[in-house]
Amino acid sequence: MSTPLSGPGPAQQAPGRGPVRTGSPRTSRTARNHAPITAAGLAAKVILLGLVAGIAIWAAFPLVAAEKWVGLAVLVLTTAALFYLYLGRRHVPAKYLIPGTLFLIAFQVVPVLYTASTAFTNFGDGHRGSKDDAIVAIQSSSVKQVPGSTQYPLSVATKGDPATGALVFLITKPGTDTVSVGDAGGLRPLDPGAATVGPGGKVTAADGYTVLNFGQASARSKDITDLVVPTAGGALRSSGLSRAYEGKAVRAYEAGCDCVKDSDSGKTWTADGEVGAFVAADGERLAQGWKVNVGLSNFTRVLTDERISGPFLATLIWNFAFAIGSTGGTFILGMLIALALHSPRMRGTNLYRMLLILPYAMPSFAMLLVWRDMFNTDFGLINNLFGLSVDWFGQDWSARAAVILVQLWLGYPYMFLVATGALQAIPRELTEATSVDGASRWQSFRAVTLPLLLVALSPLLISSFAFNFNNFNAIYLTTEGAPFPADNPSNGATDLLITYTYRLAFGGQAAQFGFAAAISLFIFAIVAVVSAVSFRRTRQQEEVYA
Amino acid sequence: MTMLTGAAVTGGANGPAAVDRNAGKRKKRWFAEVGWRHLVGLLGVLFSLFPLVFVVSAALNPLGTLSSTELVPTGGVSLENFGNLFAHTGFADWFLNSLLIAGGAAFASVFLSALAAYAFSRMRFQGRRVGLLSLLLIQMFPQFLAIVAIFLIFGTITDLWPAIGFNTPWGLMLLYLGGALGVNTWLMKGFFDTLPRELDESATVDGASHAQVFFRIMLPLVAPILAVTGLLAFINTINEFLMASVFLTDTDAKTLAVGMRGMLQGGERNTNFGIFAAGTLLTAIPTVLVFQFLQRYIVSGLTSGAVKG
Repeated sequence: MSTPLSGPGPAQQAPGRGPVRTGSPRTSRTARNHAPITAAGLAAKVILLGLVAGIAIWAAFPLVAAEKWVGLAVLVLTTAALFYLYLGRRHVPAKYLIPGTLFLIAFQVVPVLYTASTAFTNFGDGHRGSKDDAIVAIQSSSVKQVPGSTQYPLSVATKGDPATGALVFLITKPGTDTVSVGDAGGLRPLDPGAATVGPGGKVTAADGYTVLNFGQASARSKDITDLVVPTAGGALRSSGLSRAYEGKAVRAYEAGCDCVKDSDSGKTWTADGEVGAFVAADGERLAQGWKVNVGLSNFTRVLTDERISGPFLATLIWNFAFAIGSTGGTFILGMLIALALHSPRMRGTNLYRMLLILPYAMPSFAMLLVWRDMFNTDFGLINNLFGLSVDWFGQDWSARAAVILVQLWLGYPYMFLVATGALQAIPRELTEATSVDGASRWQSFRAVTLPLLLVALSPLLISSFAFNFNNFNAIYLTTEGAPFPADNPSNGATDLLITYTYRLAFGGQAAQFGFAAAISLFIFAIVAVVSAVSFRRTRQQEEVYA
Repeated sequence: MTMLTGAAVTGGANGPAAVDRNAGKRKKRWFAEVGWRHLVGLLGVLFSLFPLVFVVSAALNPLGTLSSTELVPTGGVSLENFGNLFAHTGFADWFLNSLLIAGGAAFASVFLSALAAYAFSRMRFQGRRVGLLSLLLIQMFPQFLAIVAIFLIFGTITDLWPAIGFNTPWGLMLLYLGGALGVNTWLMKGFFDTLPRELDESATVDGASHAQVFFRIMLPLVAPILAVTGLLAFINTINEFLMASVFLTDTDAKTLAVGMRGMLQGGERNTNFGIFAAGTLLTAIPTVLVFQFLQRYIVSGLTSGAVKG
């Protein structure tokens, strides 16, 4: 969690006290390991390890309370390993690598592996939990108030913030002072005396809970209506903000037929383990399903389902065009300007440079939004200046041209900067030699300057390509993928794969986490292959890890 | 000495009239050698500046709407938008959140990757090559592609430890640190590789520990480059929108990117534009200043990192 390291500190040992190297690498390593321990180094070590221990203890309590034993074991082992590593004198490289690696594993590798495993499931809205969860949800959501349902005085409370915390029901058994607390997990009695019951039986205060006042409760009336507390005979639901009733579940699961029966209509829905849902004979599915493995079907859907594969291919092609167009365009423009300003006879290059790189220094998220509004049909600057009334984001090609133009503006100063740096590193003698040999400027550019520039800048071009391939902001903050074809609201003409994925997962319609994860893996595969091939082609690799 | 378009102009150099033949020739030569460069530079500056001029004009526009904003302000100038920005939006909160998250994440990520880069650059150990290559591979899987998984994982974290869960700067900062090694280690390793090994070897001979070599010799030598890398990480984090938008939904917890986009959502889009432009300018001022100051380092830093990997 924190970043321990073996201590920094002023060199307090006398010069020459350390053992002299004797040639073999082995002795030199031991020599390094036995450099004297300094007081400051020791102090830093103690403080940082103390911090690690403190954080570990702080993190352990909620794990114990929630009975997450696996998580606790991981925590204890990690902490023990950190202590072993930093108290010992061995494993020096690990001391430097572990702090970053811990974060890398926790917040990058684990999510990536999780994504990979999600891609093989139907995880998403309606398929979130286990089959048992689905059955409980089906039963309790079918609860209806029947004549004779018991009514309870209700108070709504939370352990967290009244505006966002998870809600619980506090109810009093009519005629008694017995207070129970209920949430989606069920109903539990509170200790006698832990709650104060006001006149009329409503709970006004309870230990450990914040009781919502009327204003707070009405602000969250939707959450309150949605909260269903399962009980033995059915479930508790709210009726208004201050009454609750115990109703009967109309639909019930029957283990014998592995199906759900509706006692009102007599209809049955049988469990289908392949799709993770209860399906009726007429094909109707209940909304609450469960998570199952669907194998490769998320991947094959992309290729075989015609409603998806056609638009997906179009999105993929546009995604490449966008990445190549943005990278190539910014590079060419940036290089041209760098070439123009790169001359010993040029004056004022510093001023030019200062003004040219301004777009790069501006906050890009804000400038993307500014550009979006400059392209506004009714009152955008572009239409105003040229007296047009073009709906830029309304047609496929004008929208695509617009987003590339915006990317050009945002990205070329960076290319200009790095091209300037690379040009200054090219020895002047080389180009002078070509002109002595009678080459024209164009020839000398083609034969000397450009190849040298490309060698120096190709790693940057590759990473710029990879960045633009997944340039979420460039699309999401401008066109948001628009324009969309009339028959397909899920991928538009300027959508990149990443914005498409985002819409699948968080786009307001039913979330399809499994499918979105599968697309993420596609993107990863594409970027990895393209980068690997181009790294190989530029033969930078040998140089890089030599 | 270099190249390009000017060549064609020189080729056709034939003085216009006999009298000022020489003067004309000189002018043409001046244009071929230098003048066209200024022309290109000026065009570039125009392209760079016109959206910025528009932003300034919108920020000073007293009406504050998008529809009434011209490229050059004609309807008078006022600072009203700046006042409204602080009075009616959470801009001050967002600004502080952004500074805290981006500053903390940039500093910590540069430090973490400097540690790792030192090990990769100066030590030889088992798994070094594999480690470097897997970093390269992991870097190709951008963190935000796993956004679905991150969302689910942090749902659990919020239940267990609300202090580092959704709507807290710390949770988002931790998340950003997950990407730190992948992005910066290669770049930093390149910088460390450029320092002569004799430096740290002689220090070791004098009895310095590996930590002393790192903190007292290596770090001070690469400090300017660290500053640049940190600045770039800072800017990238400030501009990060995707994860921040999933993470921060409370008004006071938002970062600038999330909060300011909200300003231009829905029906407010036209009316809030002036306030938004004012916010953009205030956000830009610190980065632009630091950028101009560190410009020189950025050029050398990026390219030396690039060439060395």
